[in-house]
Amino acid sequence: MQILVNGERHDVRATTLNALLDEMGYDATTRIATAVDGCFVAATRRAGFALHEGAQVEILAPMQGG
Amino acid sequence: MTLFYGTELSSRLMLGTAQYPSPEILADAVRRAGAGVVTVSLRREAAGGRAGQAFWELIRGLDVPVLPNTAGCHTVREAVTTAQMAREVFGTDWIKLEVIGESDTLQPDMFALVEAARILTEDGFRVFPYMTEDLVGAERLLRAGCEVLMPWGAPIGSGKGLNNLFGLRALRAHFPDVPMVVDAGIGVPSHAAQAMELGYDAVLINTAVAKAGNPAEMARAFAMAVEAGRMAYIADPMEERDMAVPSTPVIGQAVL
Repeated sequence: MQILVNGERHDVRATTLNALLDEMGYDATTRIATAVDGCFVAATRRAGFALHEGAQVEILAPMQGG
Repeated sequence: MTLFYGTELSSRLMLGTAQYPSPEILADAVRRAGAGVVTVSLRREAAGGRAGQAFWELIRGLDVPVLPNTAGCHTVREAVTTAQMAREVFGTDWIKLEVIGESDTLQPDMFALVEAARILTEDGFRVFPYMTEDLVGAERLLRAGCEVLMPWGAPIGSGKGLNNLFGLRALRAHFPDVPMVVDAGIGVPSHAAQAMELGYDAVLINTAVAKAGNPAEMARAFAMAVEAGRMAYIADPMEERDMAVPSTPVIGQAVL
């Protein structure tokens, strides 16, 4: 299935958000937050969160800010 | 004592964490500032990237409360989603809410800001809204549930100081009991002292420290200015006059 991750197109096997993070090599201990199609998806909901063709996934990490 | 959502901060200087020459210099600046809060943000990071994790460990090591921001958001939806993501990543319900309405000045969109503040407050957030010095907007933000206001001094990163003294004075006078922070546009310590002399409860500085030739020394200078300004405010400054008034007594002066 083709989806967008942080603005880049990816062809993935994963069908859930959790599986996507695994497939893309995100370490389970890494501090990140996720959103799909502009809506926040809490860490506790990732395992059961189904992805669809063309889904827009954002994976964000802590960063410097003012 | 000033409480920000029930919390007394160890210092009235809030410090941004962006644009420092290195993580070590950032850490040094935070320590020398004795910052009461540091602001942080969220950005995309590729799998295997360590920058976010390393930054998070650095911040945790500083043992200063964090205030995540929604920098770069231009719509209510972007700001709300970013705030929700920040709450999970940083483990705090504090959010510095930025909804930018104009890209040359990075001026806050007050209409979207009020709407986002209402949604986030209902969702349990403690909102620190980055706003213009607009009295009506301030009233609406308070009604939306904000218990702190953060008017700009000048456009972000401009270093111009307090652009609208009259507006900032009026805002302070209209809402004497609301904790208020001057955020953005402060360039040198005297600007920070001026904000504190007006009765503002804190200032938030980033670029002026990060882009100084010696950020750690500048952080210390800002800390001293904030303390001096606060002390001066409490000491009740004299009123300005248009004409000279001799300070040396004229009674008893010799006629020569």
